[in-house]
Formats: sequence, C-alpha cells, structure tokens
Amino acid sequence: MSPELLLVQALNGLQFGILLFLVAAGLTLVFGVMDFINLAHGVQYMLGAYFGASLAAATGSFWLGLLLALPAALLAGLVLEFLVFRHLYDRDHLAQVLATFGVILFLNEGVKLVWGAAPLQMPIPALLEGGVALMPGLQYPIYRLGIIGAGLATALLLWFLVDRTRAGMLVRAGATNPEMVSALGVDIRRLFTLVFGFGAMLAGFAGVMAAPILSVEPGMGDTPLILAFVVIVIGGIGPIRGAFVAALLVGLIDTLGRAAMPDLMRLFLAPSPARQAGAAIASMLVYILMAAFLAFRPAGLFPVRTG
Amino acid sequence: MREWVVPLVLFAGLAAAPFAGFGEGYALTLLARTMILGMAAVGLALLVGGAGLVSLGHAATLGVGAYAVVVLDANGITDATTVLPVAIAAAALFALATGAISLRTSGVHFIMITLAFGQMAFFTASSLAAYGGDDGYTLFSRTEVAGTRLLEDRLAFHYVCLGLLGLTYLFCRAALAARFGRVLRAARENALRVRAVGLDPYPYRLLAYVLAGAIGGLAGVLLANAAEFVAPSYLSWQRSGELLFMVILGGLGSLHGAILGALAYVLLEEWLSHLTEHWRMIFGPLLILSVLFFRGGLAGLLAPRQRR
Repeated sequence: MSPELLLVQALNGLQFGILLFLVAAGLTLVFGVMDFINLAHGVQYMLGAYFGASLAAATGSFWLGLLLALPAALLAGLVLEFLVFRHLYDRDHLAQVLATFGVILFLNEGVKLVWGAAPLQMPIPALLEGGVALMPGLQYPIYRLGIIGAGLATALLLWFLVDRTRAGMLVRAGATNPEMVSALGVDIRRLFTLVFGFGAMLAGFAGVMAAPILSVEPGMGDTPLILAFVVIVIGGIGPIRGAFVAALLVGLIDTLGRAAMPDLMRLFLAPSPARQAGAAIASMLVYILMAAFLAFRPAGLFPVRTG
Repeated sequence: MREWVVPLVLFAGLAAAPFAGFGEGYALTLLARTMILGMAAVGLALLVGGAGLVSLGHAATLGVGAYAVVVLDANGITDATTVLPVAIAAAALFALATGAISLRTSGVHFIMITLAFGQMAFFTASSLAAYGGDDGYTLFSRTEVAGTRLLEDRLAFHYVCLGLLGLTYLFCRAALAARFGRVLRAARENALRVRAVGLDPYPYRLLAYVLAGAIGGLAGVLLANAAEFVAPSYLSWQRSGELLFMVILGGLGSLHGAILGALAYVLLEEWLSHLTEHWRMIFGPLLILSVLFFRGGLAGLLAPRQRR
C-alpha cells in the first residue's frame, strides 16, 4: 500500500471513528447514568439519517435539513423514552434488551413503510463539495474532513458539558450513586430524560452527517450500534474520554484492516485466497482487539476509580 | 410428578401432530422449524434461566453448526456419523473460545460482548466466498443416516427432530437438577456467597456456555438440513434476539417454556406475516408489551399454582 493510500485510509478511519464516537457517547452516558442498556440507540442514528435526508429534500437545503433533523431526533428519543424506556429502568438487563429489541424491529420496519425499502440519498452541501489537495495529486473530499471537524468540535463540547457544567456534574454524580443524588433533592428522573434526549440527538447528528456518504436504508443503525458496544467495552463504561479514544481506535483499525489485510495476506498466500482470507480477517479485527482488551484490561482503557 | 405434566403433554402433542391434521408438507415444515428453534432455545434457557447469563450471540452457535455441515458438504462428506460430531464439536469449540473471554465480565458487558462475538461470526460467514458469501450455500444433499437418505422423508425428519429435542430437554433438565445446576443457580443468585463456600463459578459457567453452544450446533445441523440451505442470516443478531425472546416468552423458570416460546414465536410469525408484509411493526410492540406485562411467560400460565 502506497503512503498516499495509507493517508487516505487513515483519514477515512478517523472519520468513521468520529461517527462511532458520537453514537457511543450517547450510549455510554445513558448506560452510565441509568444503568440502562439501549439496543435501540442504533435506530436513533438511523432515524437521524432519515430525518436529515427527507428534510433536506423537502427544504432543498442540507443545512436546513441538518438543523431541523436535530430537534426531530431529540423528539423521537423523548417519545421513545416516555412510551417504552421509562418503564424499564427498574427492570433487569434482560428485559431492557428484549424491549429495546422490539423497538428496533418496529422502527426498522416502520421506516420501510414510510420511506420505502430503497435507500435514500442526501446531497453533499455545496459549501463542502469537492476535494482538497492533501499532497500533490492526492485529493480528499472536503465533506469527510468536515465530519472530522464537526465531530471533534462535538467531542470538545461534550467534554465541556460533562466536566465543567452543573448539569454535567449531576450526570457524573448520578452515574456514581443515583440514590444519593436523588436524596439531595435532584429530580433524577428528569435528569435521566435530559441525558436520554441528548444521547438520542447525538446519535441523530451522527446519522445526518453520515447520510450523504452512506446509503440511508432500514437497518443502517445496526452495525454502528454493535461497533459502539465494542467501543464501550474497550473504553470502559462511563468516561467520555475512554469512548473517544476507543472509537478512534476501532474506526482506524477497522478501516485500515479492510484496506491492508488482503495485501498483507498476499505475502503468504496466492492472490485469490489472500483476498478472501484478508477480507475475513479484516472483518474480525475489531472483535479480536476487543477480546485482547478484555483479556488484558477488563476494566477498559481508563478504568473509573472507585472507593 | 406435577412438573412433568406440561412437558409430557407438549411432547405427546408434537409426536401426534402429523396424524392430527398437521401432516401436510407445510405444517410439517413449520413444526420442524419450531422444534429446531426450540432446541436452541432450550440450550439458551439453560444459560439464561439456569445460570443467569444473558447471551445475545446464541445464533452464532447455530451458524457454526450449520456452516460445519456446509464445509463438509462441499467436500462431499454427508454421513451423520461424521457431520454430527464435527458440527457439535465446532460449535462447542467456538463457545469455549468466546465464552472463556466473555465470562471474564458480567452483566451488561457480557451482553455486549456476546453480541459482538456473534456479529464477528456473522461477518466471517458473509466473507466466506467459497461457501456462497452473502448469498448463502445450497447443500448438495441432506445428511445421510447409516447410508440412507432417511432425513429426506418429512415424517422421518419430524421424528428425528422430536427425538433430539426430547434428548436435549432431558439432558438439560438433568444437568440443572444435578450438583452442576445447583452451583449455577446459586452463582446466579449470589456469586459472592458461592465463592465464600469455596467454589469458583467460572468453570461451571463456562461449561454451561459450552453445553449451550454444543446444543446450538446440533440445532444448526438440523436447521441446515431442514432448509437444505445455509446463509449468513442464520447468524444475524436479530436471530439471537428472537431466540432470547422465545426463552422469555415461554418463561424463564422452566426449560419446556423455551419450547412453548418457540412454538408461540413460529405461529405468531407465520400468522402475522400472512396478515401484512410489515408484520414486524406488529411483532415489535407485541414483544415490548410481553416484556412489560407478561412476566411469568407461557409456562407460568400453565404451571400448577404454588401453595404458599
């Protein structure tokens, strides 16, 4: 693999990792504060993409679509919280898994009913169209750089919110000891709802940004959801910092692995089996990474100190 | 004695079904599917109900079993004396490797990790271009029993499935009643106390995970034979979720509940998909409602009243 290609793939990996971070951040906040495992977080990402694509088509502007999709995603999250999730906080993880799985079945089918099974397209905004020359003769799409920039900005904002504001302090306190926070007069249910809506909006934001470069289709949230779980296992539950580093790691390894593995395998195998074996190994890489982390650092990258 | 009534009636019903109006080709296909999924669900119930380990990657073990049939079939090996042990051993090995890692964690981490390993198996199956990749693989022939094509006969296949389901059920029930099962249940309730009396739950849980995997492998062999076709969708995480749903729908407290759950699931799927193409829009909310309001499961409804 040439250095140019490596650079391009590294940037793609970074961009993928950023999207994963946005999905994983909401998931880990919700889990950290409410001890609630939400499989339906992936469909919130999908809903964001659908809202973005259809609102952009309706208004004729990517920016308006993005702007309107965020409150729509927030609203969808709050409705789900009110109708389903709220009744599950006191139940065991098994009940949470199954009920949120039911939400996935419903919504994956629902978008098919509303928007059809064919993938939607969302145009890239004119402002971010085209490429930028990273090196002589090497163009890289501006839009993807835009995703990286927007994701980094969101990560910074998130860090500020969680680490430096009163609401963030309550979120962190709630993650450590919800009963105590509640006893101190904080309405913990309202805090839950707030965190939940915020997480849903983050996932929706990731969905809108991914919409122009991926196809918007039913089930598109499943893979990010499961990779976000891998991110959380590697990064540890709770800390945003762990999710950030782990998401970038997973994004880079997955993307670079897919690009480089077939070539690497050719050192040992004939071209055709090398391509097959390479593809198989590449798709397993992040899970092997996760297994290695579990074996050597079961508490994640940045374990939360307790006691 | 009383706890045998419902399972006995259930198995007798399955045995009589082909002669009680369900002997048509399509009804037999549905029944076979019920029994095969029920078998996998019984294995999962051993894990979830017995050991309290919620695995969201159980479909992968079915997939490993089914793909073992595929790999052997592609190499011209279709005899049951080879296919069954190889497929079961492959699924058990997969469970051993992933279980050894997953069981280092617990609770929600365990759910996420089993899901991730299941997804790993799914993507691996999709990338097996030699065995059809995404499109799946059509078997040259069903598995042969003692040199004969016994399984091609629908009625014979029905009773083979029923017999293996019965053996699986009895085996799991015996395992749960034995000392092994008591340690599992004790560790489910309070792992700390189990450790305090000098027992490490880890090897017991790992053995339960491997047993459930082996049963999943057996079900995978039957599933491949039932359809004469294997595709990566057998390993999809939705399938794992459905298996979990069968266990819960039937009721966590008993193993035969898992079979009842599988029966209810297959019938519900069949009925709803006749109703509308978008049957999952009805099925999803039903699932949510059953989790919220139907806690004891089907077996709970049929169970004799507990005297207090």
